[in-house]
Amino acid sequence: MGNKQTIFTPEQLDAYQDCTFFTRKEILRLFYRYRDLAPQLVPLDYTDKPDVTLPYELIGSMPELKDNPFRQRIAEVFSEDGEGNMTLDDFLDMFSVMSEMAPRDLKAYYAFKIYDFNNDDYICKSDLEKTVNKLTRNELTPEEVTLACNKVIDEADLDNDGKLSLEDFQHMIIRAPDFL
Amino acid sequence: KEDEEEESKEEDNGPRQNRASKRKTLQRKNNDGKMAEKGVSRKRERDKKTSTKEQKDSENKEKKTNKEKGKEKENKEKKERRSSTPSTSNSSDEESLSEEELAMLMEQVEQKKKLISTMRNKPWRMAKKLSMLREAQAFVEKFEGALGKGKGKKLYAYKMMMAKKWVKFKRDFDNFKTQCIPWEMKIKEVESHFGSSVASYFIFLRWMYGVNLVLFGLIFGLVIIPEVLMGMPYGSMPRKTVPRAEQATAMDFSVLWDFEGYIKYSALFYGYYNNQRTIGWLKYRLPMAYFMVGISVFGYSLMVVIRSMARNANESTGEGDDENFVFSWKMFTSWDYLIGNPETADNKFASITTSFKESIVDEQESNKDENIHLRRFLRVLANVLIICCLCGSGYLIYFVVKRSQTFSKMQNIGWYERNEVEIVMSLLGMFCPPLFETIAALENYHPRIGLKWQLGRIFALFLGNLYTFLLALMDDVNEKLAEEDVLKNLTQWTLLSHHNSSTGNGSTATPPPLDPADVPRGPCWETTVGIEFVRLTVSDILVTFVTILVGDFIRACFVRFVNYCWCWDLEAGFPSYAEFDISGNVLGLVFNQGMIWMGSFYAPGLVGINVLRLLTSMYFQCWAVMSSNVPHERVFKASKSNNFYMGLLLLILFLSLLPVAYTIMSLPPSFDCGPFSGKKRMYEVIQETIELDFPVFVAKIFSYVANPGLIIPAILLMVLAIYYLNAVSEAYQRANAELKKKMQMLREEEKNKRNNKASTNSAMQDLEDLFKPNTKNENQPKQVEDKKIEPPNKTSPTGKQGKVAAEDVSPINGRRGVALTPPLHVLVTRPPMPGVRTPYPGQARPGPYPQGPVPWRGRGHPRY
Repeated sequence: MGNKQTIFTPEQLDAYQDCTFFTRKEILRLFYRYRDLAPQLVPLDYTDKPDVTLPYELIGSMPELKDNPFRQRIAEVFSEDGEGNMTLDDFLDMFSVMSEMAPRDLKAYYAFKIYDFNNDDYICKSDLEKTVNKLTRNELTPEEVTLACNKVIDEADLDNDGKLSLEDFQHMIIRAPDFL
Repeated sequence: KEDEEEESKEEDNGPRQNRASKRKTLQRKNNDGKMAEKGVSRKRERDKKTSTKEQKDSENKEKKTNKEKGKEKENKEKKERRSSTPSTSNSSDEESLSEEELAMLMEQVEQKKKLISTMRNKPWRMAKKLSMLREAQAFVEKFEGALGKGKGKKLYAYKMMMAKKWVKFKRDFDNFKTQCIPWEMKIKEVESHFGSSVASYFIFLRWMYGVNLVLFGLIFGLVIIPEVLMGMPYGSMPRKTVPRAEQATAMDFSVLWDFEGYIKYSALFYGYYNNQRTIGWLKYRLPMAYFMVGISVFGYSLMVVIRSMARNANESTGEGDDENFVFSWKMFTSWDYLIGNPETADNKFASITTSFKESIVDEQESNKDENIHLRRFLRVLANVLIICCLCGSGYLIYFVVKRSQTFSKMQNIGWYERNEVEIVMSLLGMFCPPLFETIAALENYHPRIGLKWQLGRIFALFLGNLYTFLLALMDDVNEKLAEEDVLKNLTQWTLLSHHNSSTGNGSTATPPPLDPADVPRGPCWETTVGIEFVRLTVSDILVTFVTILVGDFIRACFVRFVNYCWCWDLEAGFPSYAEFDISGNVLGLVFNQGMIWMGSFYAPGLVGINVLRLLTSMYFQCWAVMSSNVPHERVFKASKSNNFYMGLLLLILFLSLLPVAYTIMSLPPSFDCGPFSGKKRMYEVIQETIELDFPVFVAKIFSYVANPGLIIPAILLMVLAIYYLNAVSEAYQRANAELKKKMQMLREEEKNKRNNKASTNSAMQDLEDLFKPNTKNENQPKQVEDKKIEPPNKTSPTGKQGKVAAEDVSPINGRRGVALTPPLHVLVTRPPMPGVRTPYPGQARPGPYPQGPVPWRGRGHPRY
């Protein structure tokens, strides 16, 4: 098929296939996508694991993320340094979780991390408010936002601590018909 | 092979850095100790494997191993011996391993393997996953050889090798399979522009194409190609020859376009086939094959549709009408992460905002039902209007089909008269849906419900039209059957008189055979029906394509270019660009498929036409969508409606099965055309085959089985089974509802308690305070540990073995595409309730903290 590619060793490719939901071809395709973001930064040879990170400005400008209101959070959650700067490994990780083959539990876990804006392992009211505002581009009045957030807490908070833990979140989202 | 290389690489690492290697061996020792501990406590783990959350497990594991570190030290010496032996030599350690240790080792290897196969489901960073993977692989590689004893060892090694080969093969095959799925990129592109709902149409189209390809293969491989290769050639007998009267015009395009002339007398239609029992040197039983293929087309389609429906039902965990989480779902799942187009994103933002506003308004005035009478009246009125429309369209079609029968008897009729039925049906299909939509505006339903109603109504319209068409066709068939009786005598008489006239001359030579073109022949109603279906399909294709071309492309061009010199803004104003009509397109596809199913028995070539149609419409519609459509104003997701479409498909399949079954079971086939000519009923071909081709006892068995005395009890049994299963599922549902109610009550109770009793509140506060430091205590060592382990990780992958041991729990065994193990019913029958769930055994903390009403409180969350 394609023995001419020298970007990865076969071992690396196999390992990536074990660690992601992708096939060989998809991994290579993703690598090219990654490289296209900054051809001058990313080498064409990954066999010796060069230490390359792309800044968030480049990652966020990808068409997949460009219009996503949560792009910054996504990049932050998946990047190693938490700032949105990504290595190829992080990049593959992100797409693996986002792919349709990933199980819902995994997705729910990362979705929780994404919505947890202040990284305190709980989705609290301020996180919810941020989410609503991002989703509606600040077109709701503050009262409406508060109402919506209260309703969410009311519905999904099973242990009544006024914020959503990962358990609450998973319990709620696993039942959602629209959750990918 | 790769693993070996990796191992050797690892061993190269060893001598290179002396100090590091020393530490490494130490770590390995620790690590093995931990693993042994794990082997002991494996039973407890297995209980836990039923748990859904792997992160929790791994976390537990970590804690437990931490706790058991002390014990581990005592065992250290013993372990040291063991861990050193395999690392030095793989072959000579057999003796040093006792039976017990061997089993333990085996267990560990198994666990490692499981870890390897579920690696991609772990929420870890890639670097960690990679290093863990390498660890596990190296471990498996190293200890695999040590397993098994004496003779068994070789066998074991061989088995392992085969297993490895098998895994590799499966992966390659998977790669190959994904490469074989067509149009992946095209669909993804559409998806990124229009959201997942539009893409779902194309995925449906692709699925349909696959199904049709299989049907095409069946029919072509087993019926058409054998007939063309081995059957009697064209012109050898009356049914394979164009009659004398038509021969002059048989090749004209206008005639061919109506599927008359040469096309009518070709292998594409039922009438061409001969009733010879076997054809060619293969003794191929063509009538039998024809019958069986006709049946298996339906059988295969039913199986595929039902299977994919069941799969969809399994996948969709949502009981969509669960009203508990309206806002939460809106908040967390309304964004479609596949959108990659600013325009679509704008629309999506707007729709999310409106939906939020809507539900807020609903919430604020949930019990305010103003003017319910007016609304009811309007809804009844709308339904009456729509029923009127449906009846009208049904009558119109019946009228037109009747009229076309009188037309067909007349000579020299125009183009319009010939194609009136198709034109009227297409026009109805074009104008009724918008009319329904206008009427539906009266009803003021929620858009999602409204869409369902709309779909149902259009479906009823199409169905009504199709069935009136069928009924009219049936009249036609009955007429033709009566005609046939007369003609049968005429044909026999003609043949007889020809024979007589030639013998009457007194010559002894055999009479020259009558030219097949001159033999008078019956109307062959099967071919007529087939032609009718083919015509309908072709006109449907044309109408679809022309609609797309004119309604979408020309309109888009007009809007785009005339906009420069027009008095109002065309793009934003009245004509604007067209939207992609998902529901209409899906319904069109479903109905087209129904027509194919019905017609393929009478016109085997119809499936070929349909395959071509789907292929072209894939490219054409993809192009049209990308070039001239704009995303929907209300972008809705497809995941839910998918099974709805499948349900429609199933209904259509069933409904198209009915007429075909009727003709097979209770109409006599034409006497001079088709594979079943000369028989009283079509299904007699089976009896014939059984009597002539099988030994006697098979015929006997068959006659017993076909006995009503046996069939009726069988049906009864099936009914009883259905009843029983239904009752069981109802019981489950009730239990489910009960649990749900209980959960709700529990929540309410707790909420009340919290709101009312300040004392409880303060107590809870205390609890929280108690828990919080605890959480920190638990989290901190972990972080420290992480940090400790991370740096060596960069130099040598072995540094992570501690982590491997700690987190090597894999309650899931999903490979690619396999969902997590907990099936739906586990979730449903045991909903996670805050108070009911038993805490994990590894979870018990030293100290007086009670497992209070909020057991999840103190738990930290897994870190990488």
